[in-house]
Amino acid sequence: MEFPARAGSVRALDGVSFSIAPGEFFSVVGPSGCGKSTLLLILAGIVPPTAGTIHCDGRELTGSYAKCSLVFQQDNLLEWRSVLDNVLLPVEIKHLDRAAGRARAMELLGLVGLRGFERHYPYQLSGGMRQRAAICRALVYDARVLLMDEPFGALDALTREEHQVLLQQIWLHERKTVVFVTHDIREAVLLADRVAVMSARPGRIREILPVDLPRPRPREMTETIEFNQLVAHLRRTLEDGYAAAGAER
Amino acid sequence: MDEVVTTEARPRTWARTRRARSLATFRLRWLPPLVLGIGLLLLWEIGVALSGISPLVLPRPSQIFAVMIVKAPELLRASTVTGSEVALGFLLAIVLGSLFGVLIALSPLVGSALYPALVSAQVMPKVAIAPLLVIWLGFGLGSKFAMTALIAFFPIVINTIIGLNMTRREGIYLFRSLGATPLQTFLKLRLPNALPVFFGGLKVASTLAVIGAVVGEFTGAKSGLGYLLVLMVGNLDTAGAFACVLYLTILGLLVFFAVALVERLVVPSHMLKRFDEMGNQL
Repeated sequence: MEFPARAGSVRALDGVSFSIAPGEFFSVVGPSGCGKSTLLLILAGIVPPTAGTIHCDGRELTGSYAKCSLVFQQDNLLEWRSVLDNVLLPVEIKHLDRAAGRARAMELLGLVGLRGFERHYPYQLSGGMRQRAAICRALVYDARVLLMDEPFGALDALTREEHQVLLQQIWLHERKTVVFVTHDIREAVLLADRVAVMSARPGRIREILPVDLPRPRPREMTETIEFNQLVAHLRRTLEDGYAAAGAER
Repeated sequence: MDEVVTTEARPRTWARTRRARSLATFRLRWLPPLVLGIGLLLLWEIGVALSGISPLVLPRPSQIFAVMIVKAPELLRASTVTGSEVALGFLLAIVLGSLFGVLIALSPLVGSALYPALVSAQVMPKVAIAPLLVIWLGFGLGSKFAMTALIAFFPIVINTIIGLNMTRREGIYLFRSLGATPLQTFLKLRLPNALPVFFGGLKVASTLAVIGAVVGEFTGAKSGLGYLLVLMVGNLDTAGAFACVLYLTILGLLVFFAVALVERLVVPSHMLKRFDEMGNQL
């Protein structure tokens, strides 16, 4: 994949090139404003790249191709629909089999601990529960890739940790390809198979670091030396990125 | 982790708390305006009786109520005329207003072409063209119908546009990532999202619709409450004129509550809470 993109007159991304294996958990960290979100929108086919291409299964992707499902920082649930109807939205839009979609939705809601809340409306749920419903919505149809844009960014620290562990469980269960954007280095290391570090303006990939920690990774792993060495290394790369960006200016 | 934000009491205490609550709501919501209203009417009644003001200038409430009942057949006949003008004009305004609103919100080209004309037409005092409408459409229902629709049209267009444009960008992204067609995006995202604001516009328009019908009748008519009002003022029947005003008020309330009822059926109640303060002010 390569897509130097221009958003407006600002060059948001430049020379961003990487490939992701099927079933891989790929994380992107970078300072705010480095074009992480733009990258996801390009991958989702929502914003066309001004230059560059995206390939999936050996074919070049053009236009909106609906192979990726998105999870945003804001849960983006439709407030006039119940939790179940929100999860079933992709089934409706794609005219998929309703009965099968329903069964799948119920399975997913059970997986994220939302069984019993199908008939509730989003306003009746906490932020974490809403975000879990949004994850179910993204998984309910057979998207090739799950794109997540700081999905836990709006949650408080404790809820956030719970959700990181939960997301890992879901991923181990579903084995989807995930591109996970965050500015939290520890979150990226805990979850990802590989972590890409981006620098800002224009967004460039400075390094892609494999994370060879055994799975499942429990919360306690964040206290190990190996974990913290990786975090420290990534932080240095990030800071070098700041310094380099400063020198260019 | 699974906390739910509902505040429901346990079943055992439910019935009791509910009764207590409804009594409390009665005290808080209905008692103060009731006491105030009755108090003011009494003050009016006694004040007029003691000061000796002529009933030609200011009739007492009891006289007005008497006229409302004695002349009920005549007033009700006039009410049906004005009521049908309001209903038909309002319906026309809803159809045209939401149609134009949707067109403007969906097409930037149509929007930029129509918007200046729309704003100018809104700024123009519609009362001023009431006599023209009589020239074009005659003294019958037609001109009242047109006046009502014209006045009620604008809040509907404006609120339709605002409502449809309130859709968050992330929502559009979501639908696009799902490969939704423009029609699906409109029906499943933009339209339901716009409903609370749209109904806000309808409520404003419903009150304006009654004004439109009365203005139309003032300009030239052969029947209706507005016509009757002018007639009674001409006859120095001040109590009768007051009775007409009260009938018009009741008519306005009926239209308003009809809109509120449809709103309640169409829009989930938790979406309306956001606009509760706005709605209560109307």
